Amino acid sequence: MRWLLAATLLGVALPGAAHAAERCVVISGGSVHFPDGTRQGTITIRGELISDVDEPGVSEGCERIDATGKVVTAGLIEPYSALGLTEVDLEKGTVDHAPGGALGARPVRASFIVADAYNPRSTLIPISRMGGITSAVTAPSGGLVSGQSAFVDLLGSTQAEVVQRRTAAFHVHLGGGGGSRSDRIAGLRNLLSEARLFRDKGEEWRKMRYRGFVTPVTELAAIQPALFGRAPLAVHVDRASDIEAILNLISEGPSPIRLILIGGAEAWMHAAALAEKKIPVLIDPLLESPESFDRMGARADNAKRLHEAGVQVMFSTFWTHNMRTLAQVAGNAVRAGLPKRAGIDAITRVPAEAFGMTDRGAIAVGKRANLVVWSGDPLEVTSAPERVLIGGKDAPLVSRQTRLFQRYKELPGTPVPALPLPKGAP
Amino acid sequence: MRWREIGLGSLLAILVGCASAGPTQRSGTSHLEEAERVGHAAIEVAVASDAPLVIITDARIMTAAGAIHERGYLAMAHGRIEAVGAGDPPSTDGAHVIKATGMVVTPGLIDTHSHLGVYPAPSVKAHSDGNEMTTPVTAGVWAEHAFWPQDPGIQRALAGGVTTLMALPGSGNLIGGRGVTLHTVPHRGSRAMRYPGAPDGVKMACGENPKRVYGTRNSSPQTRMGNLYLQRSAFIDAVAYQKKLEEAEPPKRDLKMETLVGLMKGELLGHVHCYRADDMLNMLQLADEFGFKIRSFHHAVEAYKIRDVLAERDVSVSTWADWWGFKMEAYDAIQENAALLAEVGGKPIIHSDSARGIRRLNQETAKAMAHGRRAGIEVSENEALRWITYNAAWALGIEEDVGTLEPGKRADIVVWDGAPFSVYSSPRWVFVDGVLRHDSEGPSTPWSDFEVGQEVQP
Repeated sequence: MRWLLAATLLGVALPGAAHAAERCVVISGGSVHFPDGTRQGTITIRGELISDVDEPGVSEGCERIDATGKVVTAGLIEPYSALGLTEVDLEKGTVDHAPGGALGARPVRASFIVADAYNPRSTLIPISRMGGITSAVTAPSGGLVSGQSAFVDLLGSTQAEVVQRRTAAFHVHLGGGGGSRSDRIAGLRNLLSEARLFRDKGEEWRKMRYRGFVTPVTELAAIQPALFGRAPLAVHVDRASDIEAILNLISEGPSPIRLILIGGAEAWMHAAALAEKKIPVLIDPLLESPESFDRMGARADNAKRLHEAGVQVMFSTFWTHNMRTLAQVAGNAVRAGLPKRAGIDAITRVPAEAFGMTDRGAIAVGKRANLVVWSGDPLEVTSAPERVLIGGKDAPLVSRQTRLFQRYKELPGTPVPALPLPKGAP
Repeated sequence: MRWREIGLGSLLAILVGCASAGPTQRSGTSHLEEAERVGHAAIEVAVASDAPLVIITDARIMTAAGAIHERGYLAMAHGRIEAVGAGDPPSTDGAHVIKATGMVVTPGLIDTHSHLGVYPAPSVKAHSDGNEMTTPVTAGVWAEHAFWPQDPGIQRALAGGVTTLMALPGSGNLIGGRGVTLHTVPHRGSRAMRYPGAPDGVKMACGENPKRVYGTRNSSPQTRMGNLYLQRSAFIDAVAYQKKLEEAEPPKRDLKMETLVGLMKGELLGHVHCYRADDMLNMLQLADEFGFKIRSFHHAVEAYKIRDVLAERDVSVSTWADWWGFKMEAYDAIQENAALLAEVGGKPIIHSDSARGIRRLNQETAKAMAHGRRAGIEVSENEALRWITYNAAWALGIEEDVGTLEPGKRADIVVWDGAPFSVYSSPRWVFVDGVLRHDSEGPSTPWSDFEVGQEVQP
């Protein structure tokens, strides 16, 4: 049973680990998903990092994880969620992914930073870890520019420990609904040109209170990292014509803007252009029917077609509470023709690279030791993580849900037995 | 009327006869039975199925009736299963033989909870027909009147192995109306899709949804107290109406009352949307008070907390493998829910409640099975398969006709291209009434008129 196993593991004294940062772990005997292929391999972890691969000789005094018959992958990355920003979706007091008040009334909220709201003690985090998720992008919602997503790891009790990057991306929403989609393109064009003007004339503004901006200057200042490509512009878009429009808009200027497409139901129609421009695309492989007029071209082999054209494809569950199903989602893309290796990359390496977190997402020397030991094929629905390491530390495989299971495993009639009587008087 | 009491022949007579018979009462049937027949009559001409003798050989046969033949055969003809067995068929004379080496045969999957057709794709206001949220008790509305047979999701559900589904009204109302059990076959109207003889369901809801829908309008119900008050009041009216039906001069027809009376008489089956254990206990009390049966609790993420009660009362549980947390009443879901219920002899069912999920009921069931096993609960493959076949058929009142691979049962069959509990497997062929409706490598013509021409090159 998982919780017993995990509890035992946590209780084990670690030989040779005088200091937590010096902890050494060797994972051996398993089938390892390396960047250059899946094969038998040994992984040595020191502290937070992978220190060696295929060097079983240097592991004296390390804790050993026997992965015989198991599969080892980099920890999964859920690249679009509201993790730590929602506990119960319908209870507003627990939901923090969209601003209210004056900022919420504006279409451009580049200054909205969700990292400040992130709750590392959310019950969703241990539940997600049990699906092999070790990192996530947690993002704002609504508006034309929703704000700044954060990149988090899923182990640790303080924001300081878990927030790996405060600005993972700026999120932009294009497409239909709420006025013409042209409004949104125009709004974005105006924002980008004002932000460039602000960059160039900022000094002038400070001296003379330059009054030519439609967008509040707080927003123009906030979005600057996107202009320089220091953080990607993650554009949520499905329809082929909108994808074309955003590609055109970005190519209007000579800017180094880094685009990521999120949604991309019809991205396969522009596969060649996306490959040529090296724009990673985050899709939902389960989208395979005309669920809306923006998704008329949705098809199950979207991932396969994008991959074959040379596009870097990544997946999201688009479902914060159930990001633990990310591996299943990837498995479905494989069922629809994507090579399995690309399926695993789509939930590990590609999102790490797309969001500039290249210190993780792959099993190689020097990478952060975010790793999962799976009971079997990681994309198979009957498999499960047996060990999850985040920054080299064991993540306990227990959650509020496993605790509820324990409580109700036997049915006593009431979940909690009567208390023993206090010691009686003589 | 229950499907069991009607042979196929008499059913055809009903289908054919009703259009001209009119509302006149026939001898031997009650006022309400006659009204039902007229109400459900298909107007379009039903094409009789003349399915040929087909024998699938060299496949793994998972009967969902206990037996799994590692290498066996299945023969079907005239829309019915003729024979199932291990090894080779005794004869293949005159049969169309499909050699399915490496493939797996299961019963057609059955989804007890779908909003296909009533909330179809594309998601547009004009087709949003699943919740008559104008008053909290709308027992008189029927999902079959809203079901859009052109929903592109129907064909995709079939391609996922689902041959029968119950299309339900939503859970915005306390008593939302009647659900209809349908075959996933292409037709011009929903009534021709009706699963022959299947009783309608009565969709009820407890908990957050009705009180949120009406409470935010500042009308009743605004609380769980209001939920029960209005439900009990509706049944008090129905009891009075039922008494009047026994009088010499029957009362004016009342569709709302007819549905509730049908439920109390056991002719319609109770399907109750309920998440929390204590809410389910309240609904069982309501059922006892007015003498009706709840056939299935839907969603029921806390069924594990009262699984002894549910198993003892033979109330099935239609639930998900892992949905949780989207609202307070879904906060205590656990992944072992189905397995725990099975362990005490209950009837778990994996339902979809989703146009996407209905295409992967096999995967969802595989997860629920695997979660149970990892927690130390024994779950056989046969048992897990029943969560989307036999148990679901039972919940819909058609278990004697479908849901297992046994001679005489309806030839609703899926041939999987691999293990059905693998993420990588898909239905290779799907038969409904012995007629091939899906071939993953054959020509694919969209059933839905909506999809026709959308792909024309600009």
